[in-house]
Amino acid sequence: MSLRSPLSQARGLGSAKDGVGHWWMQRMTAIALIPLSLWFVFSLVRFPLLDHATMVAWIHAPLVAVALVLFFLAMFYHAALGVQVVIEDYVGNEGVKLVSIVVTKLALFAFGAAAIFAVLKIAFGA
Amino acid sequence: MSVKPASSNRPLSPFMIGPYYKPQLTSMLSITHRLTGLALAFGTIFIAAWVTAAATSPEAYAQFAWAANSIIGKLLLIAYTWALVYHLCNGIRHLFWDTGRGFALKSAYASGYAVVGASVVLTAVIWVAAYL
Repeated sequence: MSLRSPLSQARGLGSAKDGVGHWWMQRMTAIALIPLSLWFVFSLVRFPLLDHATMVAWIHAPLVAVALVLFFLAMFYHAALGVQVVIEDYVGNEGVKLVSIVVTKLALFAFGAAAIFAVLKIAFGA
Repeated sequence: MSVKPASSNRPLSPFMIGPYYKPQLTSMLSITHRLTGLALAFGTIFIAAWVTAAATSPEAYAQFAWAANSIIGKLLLIAYTWALVYHLCNGIRHLFWDTGRGFALKSAYASGYAVVGASVVLTAVIWVAAYL
């Protein structure tokens, strides 16, 4: 039970009904992606990761696995939020807009789940 | 005197650029931020494919590595690197704007030119470093 009055609960939510939640998470993931993407590009340059043995050994390091999982969480979340805004701005037809948002969000979360599972499988594997 | 377009065929964003709206550095960088964002979002499919191939088998990974090492693969990777660096630099510009600073015309242009320069230089540095 909330002690806040019904009026205060309804205020500030705007037409999207979730207030600044979308905007805030886009910024949170953006800030997380600054060091994570720099580290990711640095690693790709630093190690010959197109060699399978090197790639597996790299992901076996616990800090690398954790950083990759964080990177993928932030990246796929940020991508889903960003693509949603572009669709909302440029797709006029309500039906097409809704279907586009649902499809891109589900696809990005599926790709994110696949990427994170792959990292964990290698990290926990022999 | 300008003629008001009929409501049925008004120019809609982003298709007003050109005949109705003069492009400037700031608006072009803004649309480029969106375009690189879309390209990067599409590219996440390949990042998922990359780690999934590594988790599947050495053979599957060798196939992915062959595709990434091909001429087309390399050109796509260079384009992806530039899109990432541009979106990163311009994203930091946006985060700075979120603090309410840097909106003066002179500042917006200065940070815009800085983003364009930094994105090209950093892309070159990354690819030179990759071959050292």
